[in-house]
Amino acid sequence: MNNIRWKLVTIVVVFVAFAAVGVYPIVATRYGINSPKWLIDKELKQGLDLKGGVHLELRVKTDDALRLESDLEAERLRAELTKRSVTVASIATTDPTHFRVEGVPPPQDAVFRQAANEVQANFDRTPGGGGSYVFAMKPNVQVQLRDEAVVQARETIERRVNELGVTEPSIAQQGQGGDEILVQLPGVTDIDRAKQIMGSSGLLELKIVEQGPSSTKEALAPNGQPPQGMEIVPGVSSGGAEASSTVYYLVRKAAAVTGKDLRSARPTVDENNQPAVSFTLNSEGGRRFGNVTGENIGKYLAIILDGHVQSAPQIQARITTDGRITGSFTPEEVQNLSIILRSGALPASLDYLAEQLIGPSLGADSIRSGLVASGVGLLLVVVFMLIYYRLSGVNAIVALIFNLVILLGLMAYIGSVMTLPGIAGFVLTMGIGVDSNVLIFERIKEELEAQRGVRASINAGFSRVLWTLIDTHIAALISCAFLFQFGTGPIRGFATTLFFGLISNLFTSVFVSKTLFELELATRRQVATTLSI
Amino acid sequence: MQIFKNTNYDFLRWRWQAIGLSWVIIIAGLVTLAVKGIPKGVEFAGGTVVIEQFKQAVTVQQVRSALDKFYPGGGQDTQVQEYGNPAQHQMLIRVPQVGGESGRSLSEKADAVESALRQAQLGEFTRGGTQIVGPSVGRELTSKGIWATVLSLIGILIYLAFRFQFSFGVGAVVATIHDLLITLAFLAFFRYDMTLNVIAAILTMTGYSTNDTIVIFDRIRENLRSMRRDDLRTVINASVNQTLNRTVITSGTALLTALALFFFGGEVLHGFAFTMVVGIITGTYSSVFIAAAIVSFWRGSGPARAASHAPAAAATASTPQQPTRRSKPQRKARAS
Repeated sequence: MNNIRWKLVTIVVVFVAFAAVGVYPIVATRYGINSPKWLIDKELKQGLDLKGGVHLELRVKTDDALRLESDLEAERLRAELTKRSVTVASIATTDPTHFRVEGVPPPQDAVFRQAANEVQANFDRTPGGGGSYVFAMKPNVQVQLRDEAVVQARETIERRVNELGVTEPSIAQQGQGGDEILVQLPGVTDIDRAKQIMGSSGLLELKIVEQGPSSTKEALAPNGQPPQGMEIVPGVSSGGAEASSTVYYLVRKAAAVTGKDLRSARPTVDENNQPAVSFTLNSEGGRRFGNVTGENIGKYLAIILDGHVQSAPQIQARITTDGRITGSFTPEEVQNLSIILRSGALPASLDYLAEQLIGPSLGADSIRSGLVASGVGLLLVVVFMLIYYRLSGVNAIVALIFNLVILLGLMAYIGSVMTLPGIAGFVLTMGIGVDSNVLIFERIKEELEAQRGVRASINAGFSRVLWTLIDTHIAALISCAFLFQFGTGPIRGFATTLFFGLISNLFTSVFVSKTLFELELATRRQVATTLSI
Repeated sequence: MQIFKNTNYDFLRWRWQAIGLSWVIIIAGLVTLAVKGIPKGVEFAGGTVVIEQFKQAVTVQQVRSALDKFYPGGGQDTQVQEYGNPAQHQMLIRVPQVGGESGRSLSEKADAVESALRQAQLGEFTRGGTQIVGPSVGRELTSKGIWATVLSLIGILIYLAFRFQFSFGVGAVVATIHDLLITLAFLAFFRYDMTLNVIAAILTMTGYSTNDTIVIFDRIRENLRSMRRDDLRTVINASVNQTLNRTVITSGTALLTALALFFFGGEVLHGFAFTMVVGIITGTYSSVFIAAAIVSFWRGSGPARAASHAPAAAATASTPQQPTRRSKPQRKARAS
């Protein structure tokens, strides 16, 4: 008797605990009951497919980051060579991980190699004959740079999403190469804006204009190549609003300041009342900017965003920390640009692999049909169990309800997300969950038929089936684990539901159900000779 | 109450017919797949799916002719179908392509569909949802799906081999592969799109369909100890008969819930629920007719003793028996 009391206490405590976490917050939110915040925060979250929202799969083009590193290394070498007055025919980046030097004069070969040794920490050098050298990025450096690029991209996207004010976004790395980023924005319906803010590189560079604007590239680079240390950047002519054509600027390759030096950016209007973005530089950037603008008064300053000149105002005085980006922006574009600039530049550009928009009404439909299916499924199972097992069927149903409450509580506690397949997982958990009861009850029936007495039959039923149940549950858990591994988003929600459903089922069908039988036997006055099963 | 009481069917006698029937279905399914191909959902095939909610009722025909007229390049590649609750006038339009994979133009085709519908003046509509998948995603997903299935089968085989004996593991896994193929065949007959949800259902099924098999195997193992004098065939038949009730009832309750999902779970879960329904039925069938038959093939119809080396079976050997093909009169076996 004492034994049963403790079992009952355990069961009640478990039930109350899981119901508090899993069921109470849902009810409380629904009916506006005042409750402590920590408890309400545990409410089971709805997944994107139920709540509606935007789902994006992006791939970080890590090659961009590698190419940037190769370019930088090539430039460093060029500077080093200039310092030692070695002239070579050309230094050019051939692919993201290689650059090639041609035409090293044979007498200066030793000096060249010395210069190269100074800078080439991340590269391996191979002589190609005829005074040419190929520099290949070391494999471990490649891996490191790729990883860094993905992590940086993820962090940048996180900052941008936070600026957008999305509640409970989820941003995760995934994919076999580890270079994919999965972004889930619940409640967002404007997928185009989300994509624009997410995907813009947001690379801001301020560079001194040496020549231009000009309508052709050739005018700026008569022999096909821009002069050393210069580059040609396209922009839009600010002439007539109608006849906007591409123009080119010859600018210094080294940026006076970049987006990294920004402290803040916000929407504003320019002197013509046109939307613009004003920005403030940090002190280090401000000092550099002051020097550059002070030395170049009267020249033009190109404000370059993602490789396009937005505007090129004349420098009228030394500027230190504050500036403004003007162009032909709409108020919304200005808003977005501020967000992008504030959150920093992406280290590499992004490819969109997939996108999904679930409108709020589709989500509501899913919830409705999911709930109807659960209700019908539960009802069918309950009716069947009552008809087939009579009073023992009640036992199974109590165990089933326990199972569902524990499952809800577990999922809410670990903060997992309810998705539509997750609801399906709930329904199936009910159907599969009673299997355990069926196995036990059938075994008990068999034992009763062999005239073993009620108590002995119940004990035998539970103990004989226990290992069978463990075997079936473990087999199901194995496939569940692989299902989790395979899926993303909704499928993971399903696998999680199934996983915890299996575990809680083992507890309810064995422990709870058996205690209920024992309770029934204990409350009978005489020794039990019959069992309603 | 009992559905089957003290049945005494000779299930192994029908093994050849059962295996024959299964092969017919599997081959017909494979032929269907070979001829018509696997209809792939947008997650696997790539492409664009747009769901539009119209203010007034429109027909599939109207939407189709709007696309034929105004969609760039004509609408012959597009699929149009009604979606969800008919009262909400929702149309699902699927286009096999996406916009260029780079940049922001992935939704180009979805926009083109909408502008075609607008030009055709089919009344007001709003975008209920889109799903756009680039071609590289599907390839990765397919290989991941196949790997997940194969690995979970291997996992189950290892576990069962460890818990029972290798022959049982093989029986369970062959039965599961059988279920997988039958389910694929039915998916092919009814032209369900291969979607993520369907794959999830298939994986769930691999876990679930072993359940009945394990129950039967457990009973075989138990009976191998108590029916030491009978041959394997008798033991297997007795075990299948003794567990017949629970096999049918457990599958029945699972089937009830899967049917509830199929009829009430809504459009998104349709393929999933169909796969589960077929999987549960074939899982039960294979547990009864296929799994045990495989064990008997694998071991031959040798004496029962030889098959009993279950972890808990520490019974001392009785006089070894000669293999016999003769089916002995079945005694009512009750596990001790």
